[in-house]
Amino acid sequence: MTKRKKLMQGNEACVSGALYAGLNFFAGYPITPSTEIAETLAKRLPAIGGNFIQMEDEISSIAACIGASLAGAKAMTATSGPGFSLMQENIGYAIMTEIPCVVVNVQRLGPSTGGPTAPAQGDVMQARWGTHGDHEMVVLTPAGVEEVFTLTVEAFNISEALRTPVILLMDEVIAHMREGASVPERGELLVVARKEPKEPPAEYLPFKPQEDLVPVPAALGTGYRYHVTGLYHDETGFPTGNPEKIDGLIRRLKHKIILNKDKFSFFEEHLTDDAELVLISYGASARAARAAVNQARAEGIKAGLLRLITLWPFPSTAISRICANASAVITAEMNLGQIYAEVCRVLDSTQRSLSVTHVDGTLIQPQKIFAAIKEAAK
Amino acid sequence: MFKREIRLSGSGGQGIILAAVILADAAVQAGFFAVQTQSYGPEARGGASKAEVILSDQPIDYPKVSSPDIFLALSAEAYAKYCHDLKHNGIIVLEESLSTPDCSAGATRFPVLATARKTGKEITANMVLLGILSFLLKNFLPKVRLEEAINERVPAGTAEVNLLAFNYGYALSHELKMQ
Amino acid sequence: MNRSTGIAKYLRLDRYPTIWCAGCGNGQVVGALLRAIDTLELPQDKVVIVSGIGCSARASGYLDFNTFHTTHGRPVAFATGIKLANPELHVLVLSGDGDTTAIGGNHFIHAARRNIGLKLFIFNNGIYGMTGGQCSPLTAHACSATTAPNGNMDTPFDICELGKAAGATFVARGATYSPVRLEAMMTDALRHDGFAVLDCVTQCPTYFGRMNKMSSAAEMLQWQKERTIPLEKTALLPPHAVKDKIITGVFKSESKPEYTALYRNFHRQLRKDGPHV
Repeated sequence: MTKRKKLMQGNEACVSGALYAGLNFFAGYPITPSTEIAETLAKRLPAIGGNFIQMEDEISSIAACIGASLAGAKAMTATSGPGFSLMQENIGYAIMTEIPCVVVNVQRLGPSTGGPTAPAQGDVMQARWGTHGDHEMVVLTPAGVEEVFTLTVEAFNISEALRTPVILLMDEVIAHMREGASVPERGELLVVARKEPKEPPAEYLPFKPQEDLVPVPAALGTGYRYHVTGLYHDETGFPTGNPEKIDGLIRRLKHKIILNKDKFSFFEEHLTDDAELVLISYGASARAARAAVNQARAEGIKAGLLRLITLWPFPSTAISRICANASAVITAEMNLGQIYAEVCRVLDSTQRSLSVTHVDGTLIQPQKIFAAIKEAAK
Repeated sequence: MFKREIRLSGSGGQGIILAAVILADAAVQAGFFAVQTQSYGPEARGGASKAEVILSDQPIDYPKVSSPDIFLALSAEAYAKYCHDLKHNGIIVLEESLSTPDCSAGATRFPVLATARKTGKEITANMVLLGILSFLLKNFLPKVRLEEAINERVPAGTAEVNLLAFNYGYALSHELKMQ
Repeated sequence: MNRSTGIAKYLRLDRYPTIWCAGCGNGQVVGALLRAIDTLELPQDKVVIVSGIGCSARASGYLDFNTFHTTHGRPVAFATGIKLANPELHVLVLSGDGDTTAIGGNHFIHAARRNIGLKLFIFNNGIYGMTGGQCSPLTAHACSATTAPNGNMDTPFDICELGKAAGATFVARGATYSPVRLEAMMTDALRHDGFAVLDCVTQCPTYFGRMNKMSSAAEMLQWQKERTIPLEKTALLPPHAVKDKIITGVFKSESKPEYTALYRNFHRQLRKDGPHV
């Protein structure tokens, strides 16, 4: 028997997923279309003894999350484009200091104030490269309410396991829509707990990487007194001027994510086995793309959909494998071709790569994608 | 395959979104796939607001309504803004007191607001709309699922008046032999 | 045991020498702070030092506590998260005048408004030292800086007035020329249950001094002393005598529920009364 589903909003599912993953600290600043996340947590966190705080802006929101996380909490903040822009410096700080936290960005139409309730996917590259300096980024993007729940849990797990901030990149449609979702029971999904140091304080090196390249910095107040800094530092945590150690740190921060990326390189295939035309899409756009693919199949066109769930690190291997036999690859997204450009980098240079873009503040329609399929199939 | 696309519209503050949420909730509890979306202006009160529900016995890919099977409008502004893509032979329900000269001939004019006022609270107009929808969908969606969803979703202490409005809407649809 | 060996246990001497210039007042401020911590016997493992960016912010690296060197202007925001997540920690913020009152001004007033139990020690040298002598929101009017070569036309903030108005429950100002008083104020700040702000007037001979015709620390301390009037003496003086002077002392010490305690009691009460709608 299938489990009874519950009608949930995307933002609500994000809250439920976060609580399932052990969230006990949220700091945020209200901004459409993410506000329901803060509002729901304002009710639910205090009721379970967790902490909710509305900060004075998005800069302090992420700062408070990072501070709380270093004190041992599982922390999250949620925002949209304008606030996400403000958070970038401290996202880089969390990368550099290896402090886990989850940042939800519910995308709206930008640049600037743009359209608060207008669907868009224009923050794909910002999520990847918004903070300065070389770094790797983990970015997940859901296409349905139930998936918002499970990906939020994944976001916490990856963040805890790799000690890096993880971005849950939603869009306005997925965040605000409601649909039936079955909520996993306790124990059904894996929840990763943060590692604690085993050695005594005297032998402890807070930033010494383990086999998976991830170090085990202790929570504040647990008897391991050490230094955390956004300056480049060595395994002791203190700043270093040694070029070899600096190089080692910057490369390790990237490599710890690349080394582990197969564990969270998520995607979904729909009718790709015999597809001559492969659609690549993600988030709400992928739902329009799926409808377009089904329509194409009904008209005898061999189309298939590769839906990206992990956007970064970019799933290059999966894309080249799945698109290997395609006569054309069409990337459909609600921006001016941010993922399209990445797809072109991955494909064989002889392969046709087409782009369907959409930035009018409405959800991209299946007809628009279907028209591109028909054109490509000619 | 069963699929119905429903659009409810009115002014901000009329509870259009809540009515759509309740409809989607009832549909999910009845075992359907349902997706509810909305669009609204920056105004918390006034302005045109629409909320949409798709019900189906199959998973729903595209979450927005493309051409509604049923379109309900409580304000002239909302009607004008959201009436452009109705399905051929779709059902249109319009608030009776609206002056919409270009209104399509097939529309049913329904005293939604007057019916709501009979409960003593005009704010229950959204529940009257739900009563109409319950009647129109009675062959698929049991009325009791909607009543349960109303109980679950309306503000505490207001279930009784909301259910009263819902039942007025249902009964009047029956009298008008709507279909 | 003399008092300086008493505080050696709080120092990471292997990180010495510090990056600070000869004559810099930061060491005096840190010394007073460590003596105050020693007096109160705060458990080393439960003390968290949070700092931002700037010369003073480097203090965190030299101190043997849980130390957290964060981003420019944001230490109060980071510290807010720490304190709320674990209220049993003693969370001390070491920040410069640029860090707290320019880029971090918003976090300062909001932490004060919440009365969250952070202790904010502002190393106020009236200049940006680390970037080479630019003016800050606390550079005195008409003083010179590299970004105010003809003298600062702006009016500086008064940190204590700002802290009081924003709701801080302990507000005081001390100065490095009077380290014993400074230490006593630090002890009071650390004891205070709520948001405590201590404006620590200190000297930067390298930049502020050099650009304002005072090349030595001694000259700067002398200048500081001449401009300083203890709060208790101001009552006897006419208004013109206190104008543009540095008034030191405890301006406010008030008892009010601390934020994290309030948070817990407030929500425990709600849970007891059942779910609210």
